[in-house]
This record gives sequence, structure tokens and C-alpha cells, in this order.
Amino acid sequence: MSGAEGTAERRPAAGTTPPALDVERIRADFPVLHQEVYGKPLVYLDNAATTQKPRAVIDAVSRFYAHDNSNVHRGVHALSQRATEEYEGVRGKVREFLNAASERELIFVRGTTEAINLVAATFGRARIRAGDEILLTEMEHHSNIVPWQLLAEQVGATIKVVPITDTGELVMESFEQLLTDRTRLVAVAHLSNALGTINPVRRIIQAAHDAGVPVLLDGAQAAPHIRVDVRELDCDFYAFSGHKIYGPTGIGVLYGKEKWLEDMPPYQGGGEMIRQVSFTRSTYGDLPAKFEAGTPNIAGAVGLGAAIDYVRGIGLDAIAAHEHAVLEYALAAADAIPGMRVVGRAREKASILSFVLDGIHPHDIGTILDRQGLAVRAGHHCAMPVMEHYCLPATARASFAVYNTRAEVDALMAGIRKVQEVFGL
Amino acid sequence: MSDLRDLYQEVIFDHNRNPRNFRAMEDANRTAEGFNPLCGDRLTLYLKVDDGRIVDASFQGSGCAISTASASLMTDALKGRTVEEAEGLFHGFHDLITGEGGAPVDLGKLEVLSGVREFPTRVKCATLAWHTLNAALDDQGEPVTTE
Ligand SMILES: Cc1ncc(COP(=O)(O)O)c(C=O)c1O
Repeated sequence: MSGAEGTAERRPAAGTTPPALDVERIRADFPVLHQEVYGKPLVYLDNAATTQKPRAVIDAVSRFYAHDNSNVHRGVHALSQRATEEYEGVRGKVREFLNAASERELIFVRGTTEAINLVAATFGRARIRAGDEILLTEMEHHSNIVPWQLLAEQVGATIKVVPITDTGELVMESFEQLLTDRTRLVAVAHLSNALGTINPVRRIIQAAHDAGVPVLLDGAQAAPHIRVDVRELDCDFYAFSGHKIYGPTGIGVLYGKEKWLEDMPPYQGGGEMIRQVSFTRSTYGDLPAKFEAGTPNIAGAVGLGAAIDYVRGIGLDAIAAHEHAVLEYALAAADAIPGMRVVGRAREKASILSFVLDGIHPHDIGTILDRQGLAVRAGHHCAMPVMEHYCLPATARASFAVYNTRAEVDALMAGIRKVQEVFGL
Repeated sequence: MSDLRDLYQEVIFDHNRNPRNFRAMEDANRTAEGFNPLCGDRLTLYLKVDDGRIVDASFQGSGCAISTASASLMTDALKGRTVEEAEGLFHGFHDLITGEGGAPVDLGKLEVLSGVREFPTRVKCATLAWHTLNAALDDQGEPVTTE
């Protein structure tokens, strides 16, 4: 068991360009990274599931509870005003982060899953009818499949699926063929969590708009790794989760173009979202309140604000460049290990190393890596259609974030050789 | 790494590489399907039960080393047992894997899986075959899942 020892001290292999980013300083911002599991230094490579939180986010959440906690939008007192200002201030940060035109276009939700369900339940039920088609892709996360299936069952619509190639790219000719005069919505991952593919979303949006079809982008994986500009993309909806971008769980964002959001019926009913209520009729509040019924996750939003500040402080381009270098390094190292096969080799790819080993089930890989301090995911990654495409029950997946290093990739590869050794391969 | 060796014993690798009773059974009179949605392990269990006794047992499917070895060892252990004895083994095995007490049952070769106790995330892999057995004996039509 020499593989994972002294990981933190090890330097990247000679001859590789060092990343411009000071990773050791960044690592110092994340308390959770500095621990041992089973007596080995923790190497956290499950960032696509959730990222760790920097001190700034942890402190922002506890500072809010320690000093400003109150409900929003309803009190006349000082604390309520402070809480409201902080909460709404985060909406401003999200607007800048996504370059949305207006804060009215940004709805706080629980996460990507709720954002997509919101669109399915409101936009979907108002505009999608029997015989209509919803166009998805084979690489979607279950949360960008099941809400559409539920809707399709309710209204009698049909789901169409753009296939993927064996390298894990969308078959764009099929996309163009499947986009018909019956298509009412295209919903596609910006970055695939199972394969790491960055989809050609500009081209998709252009083609869909030429056909008069709006596009929802599932940005759960993209938001932490790619700079997103919703106006430049011209997408109609964009969803992401706070917890995958170094923020708290239970908070996320749905961006929607104002023209759609104005048009859509409310999602949930309750407090916050109304203007007037009587038993004969209620009228709804303005955007974005119309879609935020009930007391929101205020502290979560505050934490998300701190996470966005943190990410913008480093800069998404610098983060992307660093992660790209780590991923390239990992792909090359993976290719040098006999019996290791990377699943998903799209030309445009980020942050995800999905792989299988000959003769060893991913679940066994996960257990043996875990005992070496290496946290990876083993399973179908909530993308069973992807597994089916490759005829695999599961893959193992290492996913990288801003704080991961080449030394950690070395530890992973040493761990993988150890797995093979345990299995006598 | 000693606990890894406790989990992955030679016998388990042997049963993983060369699973026993790995075939469909034409004349089975009890079958059930098991599925672990967490890791995608699937198996179909076939039993031939004659006058309250399991005269033959086999399985097919795909899974990790633990679930494959467990199904292989289980089908070996079931052959020739009465349904009642099989139920006793189920409870004994469950106690072995979860570390819960109960009257000790002689589990024979099945005891090589005792290392799973130290790996809570893998308990479901080891018990999938056994839950499927339960379903087959109850003859439930629905596939069982570990969730
Ligand atoms: C591509 C993609 N979409 C959607 C989701 C769902 O995100 P959440 O669970 O935060 O709602 C995930 C998270 O795993 C994801 O990777």
C-alpha cells in the first residue's frame, strides 16, 4: 500500500506544465479535504455527485444564522429586512453569474431536479398537448428524463431521444431529423455527468430556435466547470444546483426567459407567491415571487451567494483550464493501464473520468479504492440509458474539481493498480 | 489492507471467476428476479422444489464479485435442503452479514462472506441472492429489489 501515501507531498510528473492556479492555496480553503480515512489521506474524486464547501460558504451560512436569521419579505423589523436584502442580493449575484437580463428571470429552487420539474409542471402542462413531442438525449440524467415522462403520460405527448455515438457524443444528424414541427421543447444536458461530454449547445439552440422550439439546458454539471452566459447561449431555461458548485445542498436556480415565465402558471401555491387571496379567486405575485411559494431556503441562498463569490474570485476560465489539465493528465494515465477502459471520449469533454476495468465490477473497484482513501462513485450515475448504450451495468467514476491535483490522479492510478492486484489481474 | 483481504477471500474470487450453478434451469418450478438498483446487480434464481425439498438450484445474472460469489455459494448450499432449512440459512446468513445476534446457525462455506460485516455499503450485494431466494420460495411475481 505505497500508492496513496505521501500524496500531498508528491509533485506532478516532470515535463508537464504546472497549472496557473495555486491549488495548494485553494485546498487550504476546504476544511473537509484535510483528513484521513482508513489512515490514508482523503482524495475526494466524487465532485460530480457533490462538491466540498470552502470556509467562506460554511462561514456565510453560520454567520447568517448567528446574526441575521429571520424570514424574508414579510417583517417590518430590522432582521427581516437584513435577511431579505441578503436573500435578494444573492439573486443579483446569480444574475451576474449567468448574465441573465433581469433578476425577474431567476427562481430559487431546491436544485436542478426541482427546476426541471417546475418547467415540466408549468410550461409543460400549459403548452404541451397530446401528440406533441419532447426531445431529449440518450445521455440525460434521470432528473431530465422522468419529469418529462410524467408529463408525457399526463398529456399524451411523446418523448423522442437523440442517440449518442460510442465516444459519447450526440448524433447531431439525428437531432436535426428528430426536431420536427411537433417538437415543443428540447431538454439537454450542457455537460453529461456520466460521460463528461460538453454538448454543442449553441448549435442545438440555434437549430431548435430556427424551428421555433424552446430549449432547456440542464446545467447541473456545467455550472461549476464552464462559464455560462445565458444571453449569449440564448437558451430558454437553464437549471443548476448550488451543492455542485461549492454551495449548500437544498438550493438551486432556474433561469427562464421572462416571456416564458410571465406566461407560465404558478408551480406551487402558498405564501410569498400571491398578491391577493380570497376564496373566490387569488391573484399571483410578480416574477420571481410567483414561483417561490412558501419560506425559501434563505440560509442556503446566502451560502450559494458565497459560493458564487468564491468561484468568481478564482475565475471560471482559470478553473476550467486547471481542471482540463488534470483531466488530460488522467486520461493519459488511464490509457497506460492495461485493462482499464475510459467510457466517454468526446472531443469536447470536462471533469469526468468514467471507467471500467476488465474482469472487475465497478462496485468492487469502489470498495477497494475507498479503503485507500480514494472517494469515487460506482454505479449507473442516474443515467441508466447511458449504461445500456455501452451494455454496462455500471461504471466507476472519478470527477474533478478546482482543488484536485495531478498528484491525486497519480494516487488514483496507483489505487487502480492495487485493485487489479487484489483481483489477481 | 487486511480487512480487504477479509472481504475478498480466495474462495470468493474463485466463485466470482467460476460461479457454480450458473445456468438457466428449464424445469425450474420456482424462479425469482433480484435487482440492486444502486449498483445495477441483477440475478435470476431458479429452484426445483420437490415435496418440500430443494433438489436443484441455479442462477444467472451479472454483478460484483460479492454478489456473484454469494449467489454461487448460496445455490451450492441450498441443494438437498428442505424449504424450512433454507429459511433457517437465510436468517443465519443475514445475522452473519449484519453482525446481529441470533441463534448461531451452522453456515458452512457461507461463512467466507462474514467479512462483509465490516463493509456496510456492501451488505446488499451479499444479501441480494438471499432476498431473491425468499421471493422464489414465496413465489412472488414481482422482482425483488434491495431498495
Ligand atoms: C447532469 C445532472 N442533472 C441533474 C442532476 C440533479 O441534480 P440535483 O440532485 O442537485 O437536483 C445531476 C446531479 O447528479 C446531474 O449530474
